[in-house]
Amino acid sequence: MGMHIAHIMASCMGGIRTSGDLVAWMQMTRKMRIHEAKAYVAEKLGVGIIDLTDEEIMRDIRKNLGIGTVTSIAGGPKGIRAKCKIADLLGINIRSVSLFKSQMGFPG
Amino acid sequence: MSNDIVTRMGDGERVQLSAGEIREDIQTGTADAAQRAGVPELTAQEQERLFDIISDPSRIVSVNPGEEVIVTDDGCSMSFYSGQDGAGVGVPLSRMQAVLTYERACGADTTSLGHSDYSYKPVKPIINFEANDYYNTSMMTTAPFFYGAQPNLGLYFQPDGPCPNAAELMPMGKIDEARRAQEEAAGHLAKDLVFVGSRLADVGLEGLNFDTSGSAGDADFMAALQAVAELKRKVPDLPILMGASGEFVLGMHGEVEYEGTRLAGLYPQGQVKVIETAGADIAGVAINTATTESLPWNLSRAVTFVKAASGASNIPVHANVGMGVCGIPMMEQPPIDSVTRVSKALVQLGKADGL
Repeated sequence: MGMHIAHIMASCMGGIRTSGDLVAWMQMTRKMRIHEAKAYVAEKLGVGIIDLTDEEIMRDIRKNLGIGTVTSIAGGPKGIRAKCKIADLLGINIRSVSLFKSQMGFPG
Repeated sequence: MSNDIVTRMGDGERVQLSAGEIREDIQTGTADAAQRAGVPELTAQEQERLFDIISDPSRIVSVNPGEEVIVTDDGCSMSFYSGQDGAGVGVPLSRMQAVLTYERACGADTTSLGHSDYSYKPVKPIINFEANDYYNTSMMTTAPFFYGAQPNLGLYFQPDGPCPNAAELMPMGKIDEARRAQEEAAGHLAKDLVFVGSRLADVGLEGLNFDTSGSAGDADFMAALQAVAELKRKVPDLPILMGASGEFVLGMHGEVEYEGTRLAGLYPQGQVKVIETAGADIAGVAINTATTESLPWNLSRAVTFVKAASGASNIPVHANVGMGVCGIPMMEQPPIDSVTRVSKALVQLGKADGL
């Protein structure tokens, strides 16, 4: 225990603190290598690659797009609601989102 | 020359080495990896950059802004609530609470759920329990949420499983019988991996992790590859991460192949190619840590292997950086100074897409 946090602090993107989850989705769903995945997400967000791990920039972007912020904002989308927006934003299929939409009677 | 650079041994012991000794260990470590795997040694410039990372006087080091990569895991959130056996800290959290803590308090890029045994075979009889927990948690998570476990072919041999025990047959000289037992066990394993993956896919599985594939040898690795291919045929949009268990695939069988490639003795740059051929989306590589060698030696080896694998792959490569692999010291509480040096070096010099 403790290693995970050390790796995250030393070398990783920061998950929903920044844009790490978005870049991870592109590796998972499109087999993108790290530089391609970052470029794809940066283009979708309209920011530079260096901004993807800047909390000061990414916090406002995440809040404005409704894709989940690391601190809990009452009424703010998180979980499956945020993932619905992430799937649309990135143009990818997230399997939990597809199932959720089918259960809610929403179009795919 | 004064012994003034503090570093670690492969078991975590703190040692002081001279600059010359560290450079020598870096050189012999990369030479060892290159000779074993038939890949290039680190260049003189790369070796000097690795020296700088290792000898940095700071307690913690990191990559530069903009160089960050993705972290996937093999049950990290389990470490919150499990005990010493799982390197856990024993906090009384539910699995969902642990996953959400890992996502939101630790800032993990991805999270995962796994059964405490962390093998697929024990999951089969409780698949509905796992599917329920996975589904409920997936409604709460924002970051990608994997389900993970080890293929673990060993569980299919007697007395734990139905097949004759290959490890007992081989010392008796019954090589053909041992091979047949492994082939039979691999068939059961592949079927179980597809069963669990398919059932979880029915509840919206976002990603599946075959972690530590090949731990029981080449037949184990083959079964995981076959399961990846079959799951991709049945559920094409299911992301799959397949990770290896060591720097070369153990030839417990010796003759099994996947799509014409003999698996026994396959090094990371070959492992990632068969993983890619099977259809996986992310390949994991694991390099053994030698406890009696220094961190510079172990990390130099690991960077050499990972760099070769990353160069050969067309899919993302994540380096396994748990206890006792890829240069991390082999102990349940690896020192943070060594962890962050491994982390930085594998990204900057090994060109890993994730950890």
